[in-house]
Amino acid sequence: MSEHVKKYNAMELMICLAARFLEDGKTVVVGTGAPCAAAMLAQKTHAPNLTVFFEAGGIAPLLPTMPISVGDSRTFHKAIMASSMIDVMDACQRGVVDYCFLGGAQIDMYGNINSTVIGDFMKPRVRLPGSGGANDLASLTWRTMVITPHDKRRFVPKVDFITSPGYLTGKGAREVAGLPPGTGPYKIITNLCVMGFDEETCRMRVESLHTGVTKEDVVAATGFELIWPEHVLTSGEPTEEELEILRNEVDPMKYIIGREAV
Amino acid sequence: MEDSLFPRSGDGRLFMDPHPDRAREFFRSKSRAMVDKTMTVSEAVRRFVKDGDYLAVGGFGTNRIPTALLHEVLRQGRKSLGLSGHTATHDFQILAAGGVIDRVDVAYVIGLEARGLSKAARKLFEEAQIEVCEWTNGALAWRYKAAVMGTPYIPARVMLGSDTFVKSAAKIVTCPYTGLKLVALPALYPDVAFIHVHRSDIYGNAQIDGISVADFDVARAAKRVILTTEEIVPTDFIRKDPTRTVITHYCVDAVCHVPYGSYPGNMPYAYFSDEEHLKEWLANDGKPETLRPFLEKYIYGTKDFAEYLELCGGEAKMEALRRKEFLE
Repeated sequence: MSEHVKKYNAMELMICLAARFLEDGKTVVVGTGAPCAAAMLAQKTHAPNLTVFFEAGGIAPLLPTMPISVGDSRTFHKAIMASSMIDVMDACQRGVVDYCFLGGAQIDMYGNINSTVIGDFMKPRVRLPGSGGANDLASLTWRTMVITPHDKRRFVPKVDFITSPGYLTGKGAREVAGLPPGTGPYKIITNLCVMGFDEETCRMRVESLHTGVTKEDVVAATGFELIWPEHVLTSGEPTEEELEILRNEVDPMKYIIGREAV
Repeated sequence: MEDSLFPRSGDGRLFMDPHPDRAREFFRSKSRAMVDKTMTVSEAVRRFVKDGDYLAVGGFGTNRIPTALLHEVLRQGRKSLGLSGHTATHDFQILAAGGVIDRVDVAYVIGLEARGLSKAARKLFEEAQIEVCEWTNGALAWRYKAAVMGTPYIPARVMLGSDTFVKSAAKIVTCPYTGLKLVALPALYPDVAFIHVHRSDIYGNAQIDGISVADFDVARAAKRVILTTEEIVPTDFIRKDPTRTVITHYCVDAVCHVPYGSYPGNMPYAYFSDEEHLKEWLANDGKPETLRPFLEKYIYGTKDFAEYLELCGGEAKMEALRRKEFLE
């Protein structure tokens, strides 16, 4: 990666880019961390009417600080409703929820995500927490987004376990499996680039490289072949306004933006 | 693309009987009487939790959790328990540390969300000391709902196409109206549920402030229910605002008065989580040589939850956590 003096770190950049994908008037289920920061930033900039859900039941809170748990009292602070998990999951299944954010230990070219085991299922090398609500959100919300560090350990040819479905084995596979049509991975936002998915193959496709990042950087950090458009765009950079809101209002304690992205 | 690419049945074991008629027989004989069910935590665990029981824990991992009951299960040396791992975080950590569980329906386990992962809990999986069946948070919530409805399963559109399904005990059905492929989530009737609430009367009519997570359904799906409550209130108080009742007396077997009962977890509108103590747990639960004395100090060596609270800082600590909850 070339040297480039930046006024922001990788985490701040990923949060700002993710926030811009959240349209006003839509709904999003978020967890703790970067996704929550992205939703808060969107609300304080271009999307004041973005409705935020937490899977444990918090609906449209006025978050006073970053939550530690997706079920702690911050997630329904001055909320529109302190509801239940089934109400939030029902809303997703009914088609009311536009976006969700997921993370995981591994992701493949179709956006399938592993957060269950590394190695053998019966006697895993590393046992991870499992789906939680991730499989539900990946199955049911219209557009799944991922914010993740970009390296070969995460971007693998084959995930050890499909915890949450991306496009499974390719175009049409979600529908054959029985998943609601029109759903699936939408954007993957990493510390190197933004990726979407090719309409024909449902494979991961680079959309823009962050300032100072080269194609070679991305290829070297990805364990499978990506689709490259003829002209690769350069990702936007955070604006002064976004950075100020992110640092002073969204995460003043630097719980999230103080973290290393890689 | 071939439909046969995806199996129609998970290969996990279904731990609990989903048959609604056997559940109906049980509920037919369960007392509906409004009688005084107050008792100590120790008595409630002695009477209502048996070795081998399948347990559901209310709240959400580190939020509104029935810590006193979980500690008491360890103190009384229950064994071979099953667990519904519906975002089971600190609750799972306690049960894993005590070695009291041998099977788990997993939606989310071993992690403490942003706080890290419990080594004691991971060890159970990585050394294959626990039988595992995979689900999702939504799936377990709907499985409780199927039990609440008295039907053998509930159809849903999650888990499809994933390895989460392959390692579950779910099956695929075809909708008779639309022809859609659906996952049939089997009713889950836990043997016993532990739920911590803000207030209850002596009969088990209870209110929860804030999100109810899955506890409306957990209280109705479980065969036996033990409540711990911050406060015991007169029934008149419940009757004054019945829209606020989440759990009704005929679901409940025992009511235990446990102030600060969710500690070290968060109790909405009452006290925040004790992050320092949760860190101490994570630092000590990895190795037998640190875990043993840690459990000895806080659980086996204390006679009850009140003594544990004292060890953790007593009223002064609770007051600090109360201020944190109210962002003071």
